[in-house]
Amino acid sequence: MDAFILQVLNGLDKGGAYALIALGLTLVFGTLGVVNFAHGAIFMLGAFCAVVVKKALTLERVVLDPTELTAWGTPMEIRTHYLEEWLGDFGTLLIDFSVPVSILLAIPIMLILGVAMERGLIRHFYKRPHADQILVTFGLAIVIQEIVKAQFGANPIPQPAPDMFSGSADIGVLLGFAKNAVVYPWWRIIYLIFAAIILASVFAFLQFTTFGMVVRAGMADRETVGLLGIDIDRKFTIVFGLAAVVAGVAGVMYTPILSPDYHMGMDFLVLSFVVVVVGGMGSLGGAVAAGFLLGILQSFASMNEVKSLLPGIDQVIIYLIAVVVLLVRPRGLMGRKGVMED
Amino acid sequence: MNWLNITKKDRNLLIGFIIAVLLGPLIMEPIGGGYPDLLQKFAIFGIFAIGFNILFGLTGYLSFGHAAFLGIGSYTAVWSFKLFTMNVIPAIIFATLLGGAFALIIGFIALRRSGIYFSILTLAFAQMSYNLAYSVLTPITNGETGLQLRLEDARVVDGLFGVERGAGLPTTELFGLAMSGWSGYYFCGFLLVVMFFISLRIFRSPFGLMLRAVKSNQHRLSYTGLNTRPYTLAAFVISGMYAGLAGGLLAATDPLAGAERMQWTASGEVVLMTILGGAGTLLGPIIGSAVIKYFENIFSSFNEGILLDAFSFFPESIQHAVAAFIGLFVGEGWHLTLGLLFMLIVIFLPGGLMEGVTRIKKLFRASKSSPSTQKDQPLEES
Repeated sequence: MDAFILQVLNGLDKGGAYALIALGLTLVFGTLGVVNFAHGAIFMLGAFCAVVVKKALTLERVVLDPTELTAWGTPMEIRTHYLEEWLGDFGTLLIDFSVPVSILLAIPIMLILGVAMERGLIRHFYKRPHADQILVTFGLAIVIQEIVKAQFGANPIPQPAPDMFSGSADIGVLLGFAKNAVVYPWWRIIYLIFAAIILASVFAFLQFTTFGMVVRAGMADRETVGLLGIDIDRKFTIVFGLAAVVAGVAGVMYTPILSPDYHMGMDFLVLSFVVVVVGGMGSLGGAVAAGFLLGILQSFASMNEVKSLLPGIDQVIIYLIAVVVLLVRPRGLMGRKGVMED
Repeated sequence: MNWLNITKKDRNLLIGFIIAVLLGPLIMEPIGGGYPDLLQKFAIFGIFAIGFNILFGLTGYLSFGHAAFLGIGSYTAVWSFKLFTMNVIPAIIFATLLGGAFALIIGFIALRRSGIYFSILTLAFAQMSYNLAYSVLTPITNGETGLQLRLEDARVVDGLFGVERGAGLPTTELFGLAMSGWSGYYFCGFLLVVMFFISLRIFRSPFGLMLRAVKSNQHRLSYTGLNTRPYTLAAFVISGMYAGLAGGLLAATDPLAGAERMQWTASGEVVLMTILGGAGTLLGPIIGSAVIKYFENIFSSFNEGILLDAFSFFPESIQHAVAAFIGLFVGEGWHLTLGLLFMLIVIFLPGGLMEGVTRIKKLFRASKSSPSTQKDQPLEES
């Protein structure tokens, strides 16, 4: 039982990332009808926002101290962070919390980027075939990825979680299991809560605001909404920006779990597409449900007992499920009838 | 000359093509591409792209998993070298057949859907093969290291014919002809011509017409009571066999097979080749693959020193800035150029280079004759 809970928990944090990326993908597809292969690149850019912020916060001043010598006989270098010098303990705290702080930077950047992408590129592809949309966004993803690679190198750049969350929580004790039976890192708990908050607020935004109402109406029947005198294109542009923000902050918060490198976007993108397909193209609830479901299934498949039974299953389980779902129920688990069924 | 059963125009095209392949080294010499390794790549990826074009160009089904068949072809060929003989003929036959067999299985499932679902299904299958090749299938694929020849390989057939086991690793051969260098190029070139001819016949056949009908309107076609799936499946299997052959040739010219050949970026590359040249045209994919392989080779060989030399006529500060900027796009950054090219082509020239040629031709003709005699010509491939 405790092993079961542990696997569920392990699956949840991956599932959270899948769900957040898939949510943006399906939102863009549902509103704009565009298949965006560059969405994973946005997730990756979000992660690199954290890298940039961390670098900026830890700018150092190097002073040579001639009175003390190192073992090599050269003057000792004394490095101090500017931030600590200026702000004292608060500066230290800021550096420690660089990952959450990065969100403040990531939100505006991702919003601008998303809107620019939609206005500058995607807009011209509404009327083109899906194949063209896939190809152009695929090209864009390569471009973004290569720029990041040129700037930050090909190696993963580890981002530590804040000190107070760096340990693990013994969740098992809370649930009445033996000590150390179910141990789960604090940061992953934070990530789960964070993912839940983001998901809830996106849903609330779409469900309870006038703006969200218009967007939902536009998803159902774009033309009629346009005829009512609403500038639906403009709203959809903002939706695209919103999707970019969701993917971006998901990327920021994921950095302590997975050190960002330039191809993490592509890795997550392929899986997120599968998630969207399983959940149902254009269905928000489906994307979230399928994201968590696939994350958990993947973590079960990587258990040793399962692997010895079916070798290699952990590598292919997600794709297998996608194949089965597409063949048996092409509109996905929660897809609307008639949307992209052929 | 009618035994080939083709029109005069096609015959001229074919003859021109054969001459171009024969003179390949001479044509490429002045622009620094006249060496066998590169020309072999032209021919091999030309075959790959022609095959992909039969699926994508004719039926419009965008497969994002064709590199899987390429990888399967390579593995098969290397296994044939290891188990049977260093002769390339059995290797490429096995590679083609196995590529086709896998295409049959994957196509049978994936073709139940169309549009982006088809793309995602093929992508899923390719990723599955890639992941499996890296993990559980390590006994067959040798995982990350890649499959290589070894001294202690069985090579049963070679053993039967009493081929001497040398001290070093054996090399691939075609009845004594080495498969590296120029003989390798002409072998690949010969197959390229054959494959080009087959694709020409498919384009001109009723079967090809049917595939094009699938592309223009599959619904309408099925309303006439016709089952389109056998046709699309046939196209998928044929293109899978082309990919298997190309993979086999890659292994024949350099007996190595690694899983990275199956990665989805590799699938993206063949899509790019086809689109760059012009999807649905006969020559387009070959031109596209040649252009990409050529620039990949040229661009990736640039480094900072060469760039600084090239811009030495600028004052020093500008020289460094320009070299640094250009350096983003060449050498290691070649993929960036590729991505940009990809976007530009899809945005501005969806018909690829062949459409560009047609447009220029049209301009040329329009300036000669008065506009009133101009008719809207349907885009014929040539």
